[in-house]
This record gives sequence, C-alpha cells and structure tokens, in this order.
Amino acid sequence: MSKSFSAIDGADEEGIDREAFTPGIEPQATWCPGCGDFGVLKALKGAMPEIGRTPDETLLVTGIGCSGKLSSYFESYGFHSIHGRSLPVARAAKLANPGLEVIAAGGDGDGYGIGGNHFMHTARENHDMLYIVFNNEIFGLTKGQTSPTSPKGHKSKTQPHGSAKDPIRPLSMALSAGASYVARTAAVNPRQATEVLAEAMEHDGFAHVDFLTQCPTWNKDAKQYVPYTDVQQSDDYDFDVADRREAAEMMHETEDKLYEGEVLTGRFYVEEDRRSYGQEKRETGEMPEEPLAERYFDDDYEWERSYDLLDVHK
Amino acid sequence: MTGNELIWRIAGGSGDGIDSTSQSFTKALMRAGLNVFTHRHYPSRIRGGHTYVEVRAAEHEVKSRGDGFNFLLALGDSFARNPQDEAYYGNEEAKPLSENLDDLREGGVIVYDEGLLDESEIDDFEERVEANDWHVYPMDLRGIAREHGREIMRNTAGVAVTAALLGMDTDPFEELMSDNMGGDILDDNLTVLEEAYETAADLDHSHDLEAPTADEHDEQQVLLNGSNALAYGALDEGCRFIAGYPMTPWTDVFTIMTQHLPEVGGISEQVEDEIAAASLAIGASHAGVKAMSGSSGGGFALMSEPLGLAEMTETPLVLVEAMRAGPSTGMPTKPEQADLEHILYTSQGDSNRVVFAPSTVAECYDQAREAFRVAYEYQIPAVIVIDQKLSGETINVPEAHFDREPNPDLGSTLTEEEIAEASHHASGKFNRFQHDPEDGVSPRSIPGQSDGRFLASGNEHTPQGHISEDPDNRVAQTDRRLRKLDAIREDLDDTELDRQTHYGPDDAEYGILTWGSQQSTVEEAVERLNDDGHSVKALGVSDLMPYPKADVTEFLESVEDCLVVEMNASAQFRGLTQKELGRFGEKLSSLLKYNGNPFEPAEIVEGFEVQVNGGTEPPTAQVRIEPAAGD
Repeated sequence: MSKSFSAIDGADEEGIDREAFTPGIEPQATWCPGCGDFGVLKALKGAMPEIGRTPDETLLVTGIGCSGKLSSYFESYGFHSIHGRSLPVARAAKLANPGLEVIAAGGDGDGYGIGGNHFMHTARENHDMLYIVFNNEIFGLTKGQTSPTSPKGHKSKTQPHGSAKDPIRPLSMALSAGASYVARTAAVNPRQATEVLAEAMEHDGFAHVDFLTQCPTWNKDAKQYVPYTDVQQSDDYDFDVADRREAAEMMHETEDKLYEGEVLTGRFYVEEDRRSYGQEKRETGEMPEEPLAERYFDDDYEWERSYDLLDVHK
Repeated sequence: MTGNELIWRIAGGSGDGIDSTSQSFTKALMRAGLNVFTHRHYPSRIRGGHTYVEVRAAEHEVKSRGDGFNFLLALGDSFARNPQDEAYYGNEEAKPLSENLDDLREGGVIVYDEGLLDESEIDDFEERVEANDWHVYPMDLRGIAREHGREIMRNTAGVAVTAALLGMDTDPFEELMSDNMGGDILDDNLTVLEEAYETAADLDHSHDLEAPTADEHDEQQVLLNGSNALAYGALDEGCRFIAGYPMTPWTDVFTIMTQHLPEVGGISEQVEDEIAAASLAIGASHAGVKAMSGSSGGGFALMSEPLGLAEMTETPLVLVEAMRAGPSTGMPTKPEQADLEHILYTSQGDSNRVVFAPSTVAECYDQAREAFRVAYEYQIPAVIVIDQKLSGETINVPEAHFDREPNPDLGSTLTEEEIAEASHHASGKFNRFQHDPEDGVSPRSIPGQSDGRFLASGNEHTPQGHISEDPDNRVAQTDRRLRKLDAIREDLDDTELDRQTHYGPDDAEYGILTWGSQQSTVEEAVERLNDDGHSVKALGVSDLMPYPKADVTEFLESVEDCLVVEMNASAQFRGLTQKELGRFGEKLSSLLKYNGNPFEPAEIVEGFEVQVNGGTEPPTAQVRIEPAAGD
C-alpha cells in the first residue's frame, strides 16, 4: 500500500483510546447545557476504540445545524458539508478510498427533510458506512421550527395552528429503501448508544442509526428524555432482527409508541449476507479492486492514455 | 471558400438511423482525405419527427456547417405514421422533403425516397425546382432495400445513390461496413449498396455537382465530437471519477466517461439528482481522486449549492455545463449560449471559479486538461462550458493532437513526508487553510494520511478548519481565496496554449468579438469578409473567468468598432466585457441569434455589413442587432 495512506493499514490498534478523538476545541461553545448531542459525541468517541480505528483513518462528514458541529468536536478527518448533503459527499469518499472508516451525520431536518432523497438512495445502494441522524424532533439551530419528526399537532412559529402532518417514520423508511442495518438508540443511555454505533460501524453495508437526542432549549416536550426500553434486552420483544417482516413490525411499533411516550430502542434490522455497494461494483468490474485514491501516490502505476482509445474514431 | 465543397444533408425521422448513417458517410469522406464537419439537428423525441444531419466536406479546411447545403437525401420518416393528423405532432411523413427546401442552394441535387415520399404532395414543388435549378432524382430506396435486404437498409441505398450521382466509388463505404458489421447483415448491406449504386449510375445526370477530391492527409485523422474530446482530455488529465444525472446535451460527456472509466480503473456513478452528483464529485476529490460532474442549464442550477461548497472548502472540482436553449427546460436539443451569466455568478457570497469555454473539438480536449490542472493546482472549482452545437458536432482532428502524456498529479497536495514537516496547531491538527500564501493556495492533505487531519467546512473557518466568525480571520480567508484568480490569470498567460484566438489581419479596421463555440463560424465569416474587401479581424475568447482583460483591451483599442457575436438574446458576453473592462460601451454592438440554430457564416457576413453601413435592421428575421450604448 502506498506510503501516503500509511495511516490506514499501519495503524497501531493497541493504545487507541477515546481521548485520541478529542480535539482541542470544546462543544460547550455551541451546544446548550443538557443537549442530547453531547450523548452522540460521547458514544461515538467510545465506539471508536471498540472498532480499532484511528482518527487518521476516519472521515466524518456532517450536514448543517447543531448536529453538523459534530465534526468540529470529534478528532478525525472531517468534512462539514451543507444541509442535507452529507451522504453524497460521504459515499463518494468511501468509493474513492474504501480503506477509510466513513461516518455521515446530520439532524432530522437535515437527514429526513432536505436530504431525504439522498437518504433513500444511499440506503438503496447499501454503501458501507454509518449514518447517524440526531433526532430531536425540532429544528434547533434555526430556533425551534417544526421538523419532519415533530409530532402531529406540534405548534411552532412556522406551524402556529399545529402541524397537520404526520411525522416521518425514519426506521421504516430506511428498511423499505434498502438499508442493511437499522437501529434506534438514545442519548439518555450512552452504554447502548456506544454498543450500537460500534456494531453499526463494523456492519458491512449501510447502517442507519436514528439517534434520539433531547433539545432542552426548543423542545422540552419531546419524549427523548423518557427512559427507554431496549428491545433486545426485554423478553417482551422476542423477534428476529434478520427477518424483514418482523423487523418492519417492530419498527412500526417503536414509531407509533414514540409519540405516545414509550421509547423502544435497539437493533431493529440486521442483514448480514448482503454485499455492500462497493463490493458489488468491484465484483462486476465497475470499480477497481485497489483503493483508487492510492494510485495518485503510486509512482510506479502506469496511467493509460486516451490516445489508445482513438482507433474507433479513425 | 465555398468552391469545391459538398454539403450533404440527410433528412428523415428520428430513430431511422440518420445519425449513424451520416457518421459512416463522414468517416468515408475523411478517409478519402477530405476535411469534414457535421452538424446535427434533431427534435426532443425518440422516434419520428424531423431530423437531419449535414455533412460538409472539402479539400480546404472546414470550420463550420457553412451556408445552406447542395445535396439533399430525403429518406422519409418511417415512424411518422400517425393516423390522426390533428394529434400532438401531426403527420410529418413528408417533412424530410418539404422542410429542407429553404436552405438548398441553387443548382442543388435532391434525391428522395419515392417509396415513402411523394413530391406531388408538396405545394409549388415543381415551380421551386425550376426557379432554383434543382436536379431531382426520385428513387425507390425502400424498394431496393426490401428486395435485396431489409427495409432499414434504405439508408445504405441512399448513400450508394449519393456516391453514384457524385462520381465517388463505393470502396470506402464497403470498408467501413466491413469494420462495423458482419455475417448476413454485412452481405445484405453490400448487396443493397451495389444494387442502388448501379441503378443510380445508369440514370442520366443533369447536375454539375461532383464530390470534392483531395490528396491523402499528411497526418492520421480522427473523427470526434466535442463531448468525446472533452472526455478524453479529462481522462488524460487523470480524472477517474464521474457522477452525473442524465440531461441533454450533457449526457454525451457522461456516457462516454461511463463507458471508459471502468476500462481505466475509474468509477462512474449515475445518482439521484444533480445536487448529489456534484456533491459526490466533491467527496471523491476530497478523498484524493480527480473527479468531475456536470449537467446542462437546469441541472447545473441545482449544482449551485455544491459549487459554493467546493469553493469554500477549497476542494478541487471540475464541472461541465453543456448549454442548451433555456430558460427552464427550454429547448432540450437546441443550442444557445444563454447560460453564461448563470455559470459566472451562480452560488452565493464572494465566490470564485474558473470558467473555460472551448471553441472547437480539439480545444475541448485542451481545455478539459487545463480545467483539471487549474482546479487541482489552485483548489478551486473549474467549469467547462460547451453547448449543444459543440457537444454533438464532429470534425476531423489530427490524431497527434491527443498524443500527450497523462497527468495524474493531484496538484497542491502534500505527501506524508511533507505533512510531517508542515505546521500543526496545538491539538495536532494540520494547518490546512493558512492565511499567507501569495497565490492563495494552501496545500492540502488527503484523508488517511498520517497526521494530516483537518476539517473542511462550508462555514467560514480558521487556518485549522474550525468554524469561525472572527472578523480578522474572515478578511484574511476571503482575501486569500480571491487572490487565487489573479494567480490563475498569470498562470494561464504563461501557458503555451493559444487561449484567446486572433482571426484575420492584425491591422484590420473593424473587430468581431465572440466566445465559445461560435469562434470557428466567425473565423470563416472573417475570411469571407476580407476576401470581399472589408478590413476585419476577430478575437475569440475561451477564458471567461478569470477574464482576459489585457487581451481584450488590446484588441478593442486596435479597432474602430466591434460587433459581438453570440447565441443569446440579452448580449451576455458583451455585458461581461463592459463590466470587466469598464469601458468600450460605445464601441460594442451585438449580433444575436437565439432561434435554436447556431450562426451560419453568411449571417455574420450580412450582419457585419449592416453594422458597417450604420444600419440596425437585421439582415434576416433569424438574427437581431443590438446597437452600441452610444447609438
């Protein structure tokens, strides 16, 4: 492997700890006291040593909003893109260099609203990456407008009569679009969140994690503060996470109950034997075996010339 | 100029193989040593609807479609069998003959397929034939094709009749057919070719027109269109990633790249929309691969947002904008140069990009290479502007033009050894966006490199990439990003490529200023005007941003008056010139065309004559004259 990407295969996995992912800049600068975003950051930092990845071999692509600031407070290569567009940036980076651990993150407006189209297609293509959506049922950074996950009847300055819209069902959307790993976790339980994020990163395919985060400033009513039930830990929810139909049923249950005050979390769907998009492309010859980005640093690689393509034009 | 030349127009229905037949015919003429140029005209429909391709061939260089044509092969539209005349598109069966008569030159030749067309259905046909001294040969091309092969081979029969009537032999056509097909299909086509040729050769010829002849070309020639040349330039400059969404005429570039990228170890992605397409190109480029995306007007509008993101994060990005007539979906298959201001100014803030508008097929290759070099060297988006005309027209180019070494250099990107020596801030992050570089370029690292970590943010950011609203930092970062354009201007002026092209005698009295795909048509008009005793020169501009102020100023100072020729209604390039130079308003008048067809040289000649004589009435209803500001 090329010397210019030594971080990727030369990582000394011993001794990576969560502190390696802490930059010299503090999230208190922009996140309010009690914000659920702290829980995402903590869980993500905790998950990294679990999967044995270093900051140099990790690329975190974020959208815009409070959640988008995650890339400022997490030490790795970062790309703070634009509202709703973290997925297309992230998936191309993964195709260009499959050696990278690629994580995309954004909020519920970002991921389920403006970026909904990208969410559907990235899930469908089953790109090998983790996608975290901070779900606090509100637009935070623009000061409290109704979001795609706000409950029906939610009142805000932009929906003064109460929202007439049903909220998005993100887990069901991810499943029907084709995500091969779908989970919901919550900032109020960092232990489960850490486990889920680590498992999602180790999953070979598109892993969507709907991360319930509380917004103490704009959405005190949200159910994200409520103690949750882990469906894997509870005998009441005996279902097969590899079974699409059973998973769909459980997703409907959590999506209905969330607005009734009962929060069910955990892994809802895990599809183990499906090839990721990159693998599919490599197998059909649509994409090179070796990471494309490395070629530009390989002095011995012979670059083909279009001159050789001209015969058909003679 | 228009002496010994053939301009052959093959007309028929979309989906009848008009395009492929004309390409083979053109290639045969090229192999015979002639210079060739093709112009495509087609409707936004899949099957049926009037379409034609013009093939211009001569011993002398041909740079444009020319004026009118002198040989019509009208094949009939096999898909236009609409039983309801009042239906959406009506019955267009006779159009291949009736729609093409206006531009047929005096003394021209008409061959039509009497198996599908009937001249008696066309009003005044006989009178027009007589008045214009046309020579008409009705031939049962469909019958010949049916008898000796299959109906679709009536195209082959038409080519054979063309050859027989123009005194060409069929060897080059037979050779090409053997290259492209085999088995029974080849045998049948060869039989149809022979039968049709002999039938036409036995006719009494009443016309003088003959096929031009030429000595063999000195150099090996290739027949390419602008999309092909652009794609090959990108590949040679190391582009190995493309993401796009189909839209005419950008689709041509996209599909050519998609065809070749897997062959050379690259990646092509057809994605959900144009915002995603440009964002993917940014992601791949950030991860260390030379990447491009592109679209046509409406799709490029969606790319405004990622274009700004690339500027702010200083991620190298190459976008193609293949213009078609607008606004909105406009006319999907017709050319226009009306997206200029959209391309220059789209995206919010004090934003910057490089914009190149190649003028010819050969220049599409050169400018694509330059766009990649500049984008990666200066970490800035570069837009290559072509249009539906340049995208689809083919011309012969010496093969040697493409014989250059590939350039996989990622530009201002550090190796790990260099990163180790670079400055890092306290938390260990690499100083990615330093304030001080004079040319504005602060070298970057690539994710996965040791100790090169940084944050690329679309928000204003500190040298380490952290979001910042500090006023001093803001000014320093903005100034640095804007400095790049001056450095790029100097860089471009130092390259060997002839970027702004001069046509006509240096000491000419009058000037014509033009840009992009209209340059070669203007060049032909300038030659003709000088032959006619005028004193005219032209400047063709291919760099739109950074604008070549010095070159254009020098040109405009040297002429008394100047006509700006462009394909739009609002004189956008003239506006840009006045904005950039801040003067010359009284010297610049415009000749504008926006009817869906590119200029013909004669329209420029006539428009120029009107201007010299002080008139404002355009020579034809298809062009418009916009007088100078002082008039």
